[in-house]
Amino acid sequence: MSEVTMRIWRGDPTGGDFENYTLPANEGEVVLDMVHRIQAGPAPDLACRWNCKAGKCGSCSAEINGMPRLMCMTRMDELPADQPVTVAPMRTFPVIRDLVTDVSFNFEVAKRIPSFAPRPREADGTYRMAQMDVDRGQEFRKCIECFLCQDVCHVIRDHEENKAHYAGPRFLMRAMELESHPLDTRDRRELLRKELGLAMCNITKCCTEVCPEHIKITDNGIIPLKERVVDAAYDPIAWLGRKILRRSRPPVLETETAASPA
Amino acid sequence: MSTLGDVKPTPVTLGGARGGPNVRTLRGDRWWVSPAVTVGVLTSFVAYATWAAFQNANYYVGASMHRDLISPFYSPCLTGSCVPGSHPGFVFTWWTISPAILILIFPLGFRLTCYYYRKAYYRGFWQSPPACAVADGHKSYSGEARFPLILQNLHRYFFFFGLILNVILTIDAVMAFRMPGEGLGVSVGTLVLCVNAGLLWAYSLSCHACRHLCGGGVDQFSKHKIRYRVWKTLSPLNAHHMQFAWMSLIFVGLTDLYVRLVASGVFHDPKLF
Repeated sequence: MSEVTMRIWRGDPTGGDFENYTLPANEGEVVLDMVHRIQAGPAPDLACRWNCKAGKCGSCSAEINGMPRLMCMTRMDELPADQPVTVAPMRTFPVIRDLVTDVSFNFEVAKRIPSFAPRPREADGTYRMAQMDVDRGQEFRKCIECFLCQDVCHVIRDHEENKAHYAGPRFLMRAMELESHPLDTRDRRELLRKELGLAMCNITKCCTEVCPEHIKITDNGIIPLKERVVDAAYDPIAWLGRKILRRSRPPVLETETAASPA
Repeated sequence: MSTLGDVKPTPVTLGGARGGPNVRTLRGDRWWVSPAVTVGVLTSFVAYATWAAFQNANYYVGASMHRDLISPFYSPCLTGSCVPGSHPGFVFTWWTISPAILILIFPLGFRLTCYYYRKAYYRGFWQSPPACAVADGHKSYSGEARFPLILQNLHRYFFFFGLILNVILTIDAVMAFRMPGEGLGVSVGTLVLCVNAGLLWAYSLSCHACRHLCGGGVDQFSKHKIRYRVWKTLSPLNAHHMQFAWMSLIFVGLTDLYVRLVASGVFHDPKLF
């Protein structure tokens, strides 16, 4: 029976290093299975966050052979068999222990996105939306909040100081979901430009590459949002058109503290 | 008993020990191949285009060779130095250097501010980042928030200029069916100009700014059904923007090369039918 060596980062906020665990290779296993076998055998104290093991809870995010991935969705047979499999915690977030990181930065950013503010209901008390109106937003709602996109984004991965004024791909996508919502009445574009760092994104598309839900975060979320900000702030012809046609929504300039209900 | 109101948010402390070892990357694959290829192809194209733009010769195959082929680098030829037959009837006499420089500013601006090429050159040339999960090549980073990169927001205006050039290059392709002294026909040069125009249209229509302006900026598609249809049509094209960007870039260079070789007499443009 062939064997596989798992090279797993062990440590806490004071520091750490890789430790090797050599195990028999079983057919059909994913990286999370290997971590569980290590916990059941040589290292019962190995810390790892996981829940559904089906790629839907977004808990088991880690860096496998250097790339941000879900441990439960990474098959062992798609990794090079002739070298150790490296598993490290997400680089962008503070480590708690071993493979577990503190992702609370993301929850704080989520609070800064102004919530859904629908227009008044119809006369019969309902909201009506055509299927063509809601189709676009469905893609964004596939997000499982694994935060791999936040982890891989070099704006905060390599520049900790940017966390104070950059929302990150997951939340720029969330902003696009709200901005393009057929019922929403808020204009978040100035906020995105001035406070949430939309211009910090330089479209290198790593967020799209690592998304386990295959959401086109850049093409369908961030770039359309950038174009909307161009409409509002950098396009004199669009500005003139709004003035002549008197079309504008009141801009939201401050972040909110309440989480969005939508 | 505690209630939801008692739950206070946990303050986030920035900084702290980051996950994993402090190394540039843990990737063991050949992540450097893609940025290296990007640098190689873009540098080759820029070197060739610069050389071709300053040649100011062999960009037009005219009536003496029974053809009407013009290089896309020199069309429309608008300066006093344009060879007879290559200009559209009026010229800017104050422009004294190569006519190609006057034209290439616009496609250069369009491609330089293009959302796809931004990814390519930020990764390849600026190393910001060189590849996913590989450390940024710079200690500080301010994105596109300041001058000069804030000018990337002008992309849509370059898109409009690009459309004008596409119309002109399409007219050039149609004119290439006219073979002075031989009537109408199709030569290899005709096909080259047609494919070039087609690829440039595909690149322009798949542009993210185009997709936004045609319908992406609409929130309620059911009230703008024509714009919705256009947006729906352009979205699949947009998904292939990268492929169109590379194909059109390489082919526009090859088109110039073909016209240049025919114009300089290296070989005759073969007539197909």
